[in-house]
Amino acid sequence: MVMRKLVVVAVVSFSAGLAVASFAGFREFIPGLLEGALVTIQITLAGAVVAVICATVAGLAKMYAPWPLRWLAVVYIELFRGTSALVQLFWLFFVLPLFGVTLAPMTVAIAALGLNIGAYGAEVVRGAVAAVPRGQWEATTALNMSRTQALRRIILPQAFVAMIPPWGNLFIELLKSTALVSLITISDLAFRAQQMNQTTFRTLEIFTIVLVIYLAIASIITVGMRALEQKAVGAMVRGRGH
Amino acid sequence: MLWDWSYAFEILPILAQASLVTIQATLLGFVLALVLGLVFALLRMAKSPWIALPVATLVEFIRSTPLLIQIFFLYFVFPEFGVSLDAFTAGVIALGLHYGTYCAEVYRAGLDNVPRGQWEASTALNLSPFHTFRDIIIPQAIPPVVPALGNYFVALFKETPLLSAIAVLELMQQAKILGSTTFRYIEPITLVGLFFLLFSLVASALIRMVERRLNRIGAR
Amino acid sequence: MTVQPMVKFDGVTKRYGALTVLDSLDLEIMPGEKVAVIGPSGSGKTTVLRMLMTLEKINDGVIWVDGEPLTHMHKDGRLVLADAAHLRRMRGKIGMVFQHFNLFPHMSALKNCMEAPVTVLKLSKEEARARAVELLEMVGLADKLDHYPAQLSGGQQQRVAIARALAMRPKVMLFDEVTSALDPELVGEVLNVIRRLGSELDLTMLMVTHQMGFAREFADRVCFFYGGKIAEQGPPEQIFGQAQNERTRQFLSACLEAI
Repeated sequence: MVMRKLVVVAVVSFSAGLAVASFAGFREFIPGLLEGALVTIQITLAGAVVAVICATVAGLAKMYAPWPLRWLAVVYIELFRGTSALVQLFWLFFVLPLFGVTLAPMTVAIAALGLNIGAYGAEVVRGAVAAVPRGQWEATTALNMSRTQALRRIILPQAFVAMIPPWGNLFIELLKSTALVSLITISDLAFRAQQMNQTTFRTLEIFTIVLVIYLAIASIITVGMRALEQKAVGAMVRGRGH
Repeated sequence: MLWDWSYAFEILPILAQASLVTIQATLLGFVLALVLGLVFALLRMAKSPWIALPVATLVEFIRSTPLLIQIFFLYFVFPEFGVSLDAFTAGVIALGLHYGTYCAEVYRAGLDNVPRGQWEASTALNLSPFHTFRDIIIPQAIPPVVPALGNYFVALFKETPLLSAIAVLELMQQAKILGSTTFRYIEPITLVGLFFLLFSLVASALIRMVERRLNRIGAR
Repeated sequence: MTVQPMVKFDGVTKRYGALTVLDSLDLEIMPGEKVAVIGPSGSGKTTVLRMLMTLEKINDGVIWVDGEPLTHMHKDGRLVLADAAHLRRMRGKIGMVFQHFNLFPHMSALKNCMEAPVTVLKLSKEEARARAVELLEMVGLADKLDHYPAQLSGGQQQRVAIARALAMRPKVMLFDEVTSALDPELVGEVLNVIRRLGSELDLTMLMVTHQMGFAREFADRVCFFYGGKIAEQGPPEQIFGQAQNERTRQFLSACLEAI
């Protein structure tokens, strides 16, 4: 209910913002900002893919891998959760070239943000897998399934449903953190806003429109994850019975 | 040799100086977040939808948009209205506002967890709403959520490097200046990273300690 | 030539920390024999089943199934603790039905019964489906193939669980208080299915149960557990008619009063 209200508010304010902007002669801002928004969306999507992969691998490695891998997963999780996203971004951007690794800023951005959110996601994966009732594992043993088979066919599909809402929050955090990439010269939405602000000084209008665009993208993520959750729960037919 | 120890030791005092600004911004920002969060939480509980709904919308709005843009917004927009904020103040207000919305959710969870019977008992004792809140509800609602608030304290701390975007001379900004003047980025940025890691690990350990103590009190 | 026991516990001990749950248990079950395990809670009776299903490690002794060691394996003429591969080979001989069903909630009744035959036994989808349909018909659920666990009653879920275990063609079936989580009016349908298995299939069955009437009528032998040991065992007529052990008599009269 709250979410639906939020979407309505977002859409209304977005259109209102657009209307105000065009009527007041801010039309020239819109194309540039929308181009920036496209870059923001690209980084969010690619970062989400990286994050989900890192989180799944690290979360499962922390639970089930032999000790060297488990240790590696713990170091990754603690390192990326314990330091700032911006520090990680700058480190990859400024320090990696010193090791002879030069990546395009876009690659650095996607890798850094994906790794950062992935570290938080690893705990989401771990928590959801640990929350699957022990009886499910016992049933797979009684049916003589291997651990890998059990995990892939029985445990993960059930954990998946519980993961969706926290992942929704993480994707919003990811979207918000994409603004940081403007600080390593990528012309995303935040970068465009800064640039226009410096040339036109129409600060209030520009930043208001930008905030509303971010809110609109965030609302789309929220609604999308809601729909995904409903579908996933539907596939399990509401609850696990007795 | 990639890593230069003597350079690292040379810049350490400079970074230590800057870390004071980081810590100041963290503490001030978090105090603001705690206060604003409680205000948001209480206003969202208001009976009148004319108060509750706009506040809820504002909270969602601030939560769903990037802190960096909010920092820019406060720093660049206020002068348009004749209120000039220096970078540090604008940054602290943005941090406090942003994390205030997170704290509001935490408070709300805490308030929701106080049993209805406590409200009913307060009504039965004819306590005023103010006294009910101050003496009965808040003291029960806050302790269980202290660990969650602690987590946001650490999260806020980790976002202070964003203040470098408006040239507040905190750790990250200092590291960038050092890097751009000597063209050695590896030591300053790695040291900044280590500082954050150390602080976060210590803070998380403290939070877990508080959590265990609270659990023990709760179990009694 | 004497017939070899299907299941043999040889001095099996199970401890949780300082607590000894099973104390040097010796028990032999012959092929096709139906054994009911009864006793007060905490007597170690469920642990017997869980050890046999390899859900619990044992601290001492050896469990044998079908002439081979289950918990151990032969290596250089000695018995050493079983590795994962040995356990997986041996587990194929055993099936188990749980108190709380443990059906997979994200799969239909049919898929629940097809999953392990396909992934573990490597049957083709068609073979697995044919086998699953046949078994679900046998437990009286031919019309519920596409229902999910949450859409089924407790009794129906438990019957699916029985079909699911049978689909792996085990030689030994374990029933762990399979009617304890059911509403009273649903107990009968599950017991009827078990009766049918007993008469139609050549299965060795070991069941922990609180249904004394069923144990008396169905089992070939009843074992009364008390304090981690078998306090008394024998044919149902003996245990229920003229128990020798004081504890057995107390337990059974307490059970009768409960009814």
